[in-house]
Amino acid sequence: MTLTIATSLDEVLTALAEGARPIAGGTDLVVGARQGKSPLPDSLVAIDRVAALSQIESADGHIRIGAGVPHRRLMSDTLIVERYTGLADAAALIGSPSTRNVGTIGGNVMNGSPAMDTGAPLLTLGAMVELRSVGNTRQVALSDLWTGPGRTSANPDELCVYIVIPQPPALSGSAYVRLEYRRAMEIAVVGAGASVVVAEDGTIVSGRVAMTSVAPTIVELAGASDAMAGLSLVEAAAVIGAMASDQAVPISDLRGSDRYRRHTIGVMAARALDAAARRAGGEQIGVPVNRSLGIGAAR
Amino acid sequence: MNEAYELDVNGVRYPINAAMDRNLSSVLRTEVGLTGTKEGCDDCECGACMVLIDGQPVNSCSYLAAQAQGREVTTVEGILDGDNLHPLQRNLLEEGGVQCGFCTPGMIMSAQALLTRNPSPTEEEIRIGLSGNLCRCTGYQRILAAVERTAAES
Ligand SMILES: Cc1cc2nc3c(=O)[nH]c(=O)nc-3n(C[C@H](O)[C@H](O)[C@H](O)COP(=O)(O)OP(=O)(O)OC[C@H]3O[C@@H](n4cnc5c(N)ncnc54)[C@H](O)[C@@H]3O)c2cc1C
Ligand code: FES
Ligand code: FES
Repeated sequence: MTLTIATSLDEVLTALAEGARPIAGGTDLVVGARQGKSPLPDSLVAIDRVAALSQIESADGHIRIGAGVPHRRLMSDTLIVERYTGLADAAALIGSPSTRNVGTIGGNVMNGSPAMDTGAPLLTLGAMVELRSVGNTRQVALSDLWTGPGRTSANPDELCVYIVIPQPPALSGSAYVRLEYRRAMEIAVVGAGASVVVAEDGTIVSGRVAMTSVAPTIVELAGASDAMAGLSLVEAAAVIGAMASDQAVPISDLRGSDRYRRHTIGVMAARALDAAARRAGGEQIGVPVNRSLGIGAAR
Repeated sequence: MNEAYELDVNGVRYPINAAMDRNLSSVLRTEVGLTGTKEGCDDCECGACMVLIDGQPVNSCSYLAAQAQGREVTTVEGILDGDNLHPLQRNLLEEGGVQCGFCTPGMIMSAQALLTRNPSPTEEEIRIGLSGNLCRCTGYQRILAAVERTAAES
């Protein structure tokens, strides 16, 4: 095996064009190899020292998060915690302090797991990924990126450079919750993200909901915005919970049966919506929602 | 195929000659010769292999050694104060936070990273700080007490 430690974007893109695979924190790639899931590729290019990939910048109407930003920064960055709160909720739940220190948002998104925690909040916030290869740059919506468990529509020579998220409107809020059996080193049994816009009186104006671990990829709840528009929060949570259970297509595995997942995704979707709407109305609910509201594994 | 590179461990630069797919814990133990870092599960679950890279905790069993080039690696051997025990080590012993001791080096590294960024953590923050470290012996309470005491003393 060869490993190139790149310090510039050009160096990474050239290595990818020559057939190397990128490694950021390696918390999926190296751990997967150690668990025997898939051997390490013959050629790797380490991207963790490329400065361009480690920046969080806000520009006209959007935020650009470098693919190499670790979860530790996402969960504590002031701008992300204040305006893209659901993403901070997700980052704060990942693994342990060391997983959050080494693991990156780009690795999470590009690994394409149906259980990835940043996926649902990113989807509800309308995020795009910017993919770059030698001489080519394109932006892809997340719903077009994930094509199956562990699969994406990115070409092998494409690097995810940024996650681009439009600035959320006024009176909006977001949240991500997951059902977990223990409070650390866990994978979502199911999870749900929501982002909503509310009216001054708290009525729901519009919103998006996405689900973790109930389909081959992270999926958005179809028809959610129309279904919740004009409803009170209590009414909307009931409607969205029922829709989530209805649209989920979960599998049975070690962590839960399909029936259990179908039921609990409804509960999680309602709770994500509740927390997002309360945040939209100005209530301070600390990151992660799981800990603040006692969702998931109890102490 | 082996390749030559260097690693900075506990402030000393070591020449390494190893295959590029070797994990950091095995290189630390067999090439560098520092066996304080333990290998438990070997796939990123238990935290026995925890070291610091540039001051932040990393599971060295699941990190490529070659990727640590140019960064400062700290192992449990690196926190000793000459021949004196580090306060975390002393307090773990005095509070009964060490039984078989296998988890101890990893616990110390996670606790050290926590106390460096947060010198007076709440109990909840200590629990989160140590949440990547398993202990099969002590039941954790005495480890929490040792970290609390270390924070209170400094
Ligand atoms: C103990 C443990 C606990 C975990 N807990 C969670 C959890 O709670 N929730 C969760 O969602 N995940 C969890 N994970 C999975 C993992 O930590 C995350 O998915 C992490 O974000 C991966 O990032 P990385 O930088 O380590 O990726 P890597 O392992 O470096 O890369 C992952 C994949 O993405 C590709 N890749 C990386 N960066 C890019 C890029 N910029 N462009 C294109 N392709 C790229 C790599 O080639 C590889 O195929 C856990 C892992 C471990 C070991
Ligand atoms: S040996 Fe590394 S986490 Fe268990
Ligand atoms: S003292 Fe034995 S595992 Fe912790």
